[in-house]
Amino acid sequence: MDTDQIIPAVYLKRVSRTGFEDGLFAAWRADEHFVLNQKPYAAGSVLVAGQDFGTGSSREHAVWALMNYGFRVVISPRFADIFRGNAGKQGLLAAECTQSDVEQLWKILENEPGTEVSVDLEEKVVRAKDFQAPFGIDDYTRWRLLEGLDDIALTLRYATDIDTFESGRPVWKPKTTPIAGG
Amino acid sequence: MATKQGRTLPEKVWDAHVVRHGDGAEPDLLYIDLHLVHEVTSPQAFDGLRLDGRPVRRPDLTIATEDHNVPTVDIELPIADPVSRTQVDTLRRNCEEFGVRLHPMGDAEQGIVHVVGPQLGLTQPGMTVVCGDSHTSTHGAFGALAFGIGTSEVEHVLATQTLPLRPFKTMAINVDGELRPGVTAKDIILAVIAKIGTGGGQGYVLEYRGTAIESLSMEARMTICNMSIEAGARAGMVAPDDVTFDYLASRPHAPSGADWDTAVAEWRALRTDSGASFDAEVHIDASSLTPFVTWGTNPGQGLPLAESVPDPEAIADEGARFAAEKALSYMDLQPGTPLREIAVDTVFLGSCTNGRIEDLRAAAGVLRGHQVADGVRMLVVPGSMRVRQAAEAEGLHQVFQEAGAEWRQAGCSMCLGMNPDQLAPGERSASTSNRNFEGRQGKGGRTHLVSPLVAAATAVRGKLSSPEDLLAGAESQLAGASAGVEDAD
Repeated sequence: MDTDQIIPAVYLKRVSRTGFEDGLFAAWRADEHFVLNQKPYAAGSVLVAGQDFGTGSSREHAVWALMNYGFRVVISPRFADIFRGNAGKQGLLAAECTQSDVEQLWKILENEPGTEVSVDLEEKVVRAKDFQAPFGIDDYTRWRLLEGLDDIALTLRYATDIDTFESGRPVWKPKTTPIAGG
Repeated sequence: MATKQGRTLPEKVWDAHVVRHGDGAEPDLLYIDLHLVHEVTSPQAFDGLRLDGRPVRRPDLTIATEDHNVPTVDIELPIADPVSRTQVDTLRRNCEEFGVRLHPMGDAEQGIVHVVGPQLGLTQPGMTVVCGDSHTSTHGAFGALAFGIGTSEVEHVLATQTLPLRPFKTMAINVDGELRPGVTAKDIILAVIAKIGTGGGQGYVLEYRGTAIESLSMEARMTICNMSIEAGARAGMVAPDDVTFDYLASRPHAPSGADWDTAVAEWRALRTDSGASFDAEVHIDASSLTPFVTWGTNPGQGLPLAESVPDPEAIADEGARFAAEKALSYMDLQPGTPLREIAVDTVFLGSCTNGRIEDLRAAAGVLRGHQVADGVRMLVVPGSMRVRQAAEAEGLHQVFQEAGAEWRQAGCSMCLGMNPDQLAPGERSASTSNRNFEGRQGKGGRTHLVSPLVAAATAVRGKLSSPEDLLAGAESQLAGASAGVEDAD
């Protein structure tokens, strides 16, 4: 699942973080048989997806589109690195389950559409009916999500370290300031 | 880690930028030397700064250009699409308000962000480079650690000039041997991705090494590093050498005088130590490679041009078989069709992968004396205004125009079709860009990724082709030529 499928480039032109739900899976949603056009699934907030979710472009719009649509969690056996990072920053939970657990979840959701899937970030467990499976997430991301922390504020606690590092940088490192005649 | 005999190149660059070690629970805090900005992934980041009353910490390490939305015709007019225009206008306002240098549409330095950085000499060995664009991996060709980031991270870098990150694993991509004539950097990287898969590089920085890589120009190295992300790796690197230094020596932002000597001395140490080990290694024999093209809907679904569309039935892995079936259905291809028989409507020469002067030269060399086939449109979109200017100084634009191709202004263009340069539903392209995802070049469009040489030959023949297919008598040989089929590695 590449990010061009999650949200095609023509939908990336907004300058806000909202309103991207219209572009979510745009090409596939045009097909009436697509899962999000089926009654109980359309209102889902947990997306159970296949391997390599979010490959390709770095567009955080993919995360915004999923969240704007109403998704709070994506479950997949493997996430692309940039997508996982973007999700963590925005509060979309990217939960990594094994391929066989994902297939179990699909089976449950196909047999009984509308089954509630709950995701427990504290315990790192996905539950659906009497099925439960652990999921992987970076402990630091988990902590930030649970506490609702602002990354920039966390980094700015180390402003003195940044100042110190900067003062030791070689003077010949390039600056973007325009060069006369260059 | 501690017992390792020496360090790899990626580890050296990482270590040199650690502002603060994370001590396990927290990630490391990494300093960013250069932040490239464009109009698509930055508006929400600048908004965030405004909301929190934060300035851009280092506008002097930040540079912006307009590339994704810009039209490649009539650039003296306002952008026709109001939503694209708003996005571009927003970047202009943000750069003005926060004091960031911007190269807008029409400016002599405007172009695709990954073409502009290197040509200005802003990308240098040993640096950390980021941009809200996954093809930032391009800059790794200089021995920089360069990777794409999301908009929240763009805001983070604007505010702090740092990023909290966990170290990457390292993978050596060893490409040894001599490339045959007509085989290019694009063929190498498509073969690498076909070998390790679109997820094979996840969590890794790739270091491209070996005699075949050392013999490549900087522009060719950029083509390779550019597509690291298509193998799932956030970054790809090549150790800097004399080729790198020669490229940089005359650039506006390269160090000068005594600083140059100091810099080069430091850059020469940016090599993987002989005792260092990688977390994974891959070997490719360059001499066995032939022109490579994709047949499917991800960049790993590629084969040598001499082969045929694969039969999903013959693929053992269930996931790969399903992906191949789905891809062939979208691409409207039949198993067993020789790749050379696939007819295209459009040829796109450009992008941050293959929109540099050497790419244009290579394609023009093939086109000279030929005509673009009837019913085929060829778009030539230079990666930057400087590339366009250089091409015109050499008369390349005339070669393209005389062959019947369209000579355009600089931008991302049909690589992702955010501007009007798009495929119509069902149209098929041979494209020198980096992604053949469903709908990437326009809704319902079908993309075959190719090198500039293959793009030019394809434009002439109207079917996927290499330059040798244009030689006198080649057409008759092609008829009975399934004999020369080569193995992928």
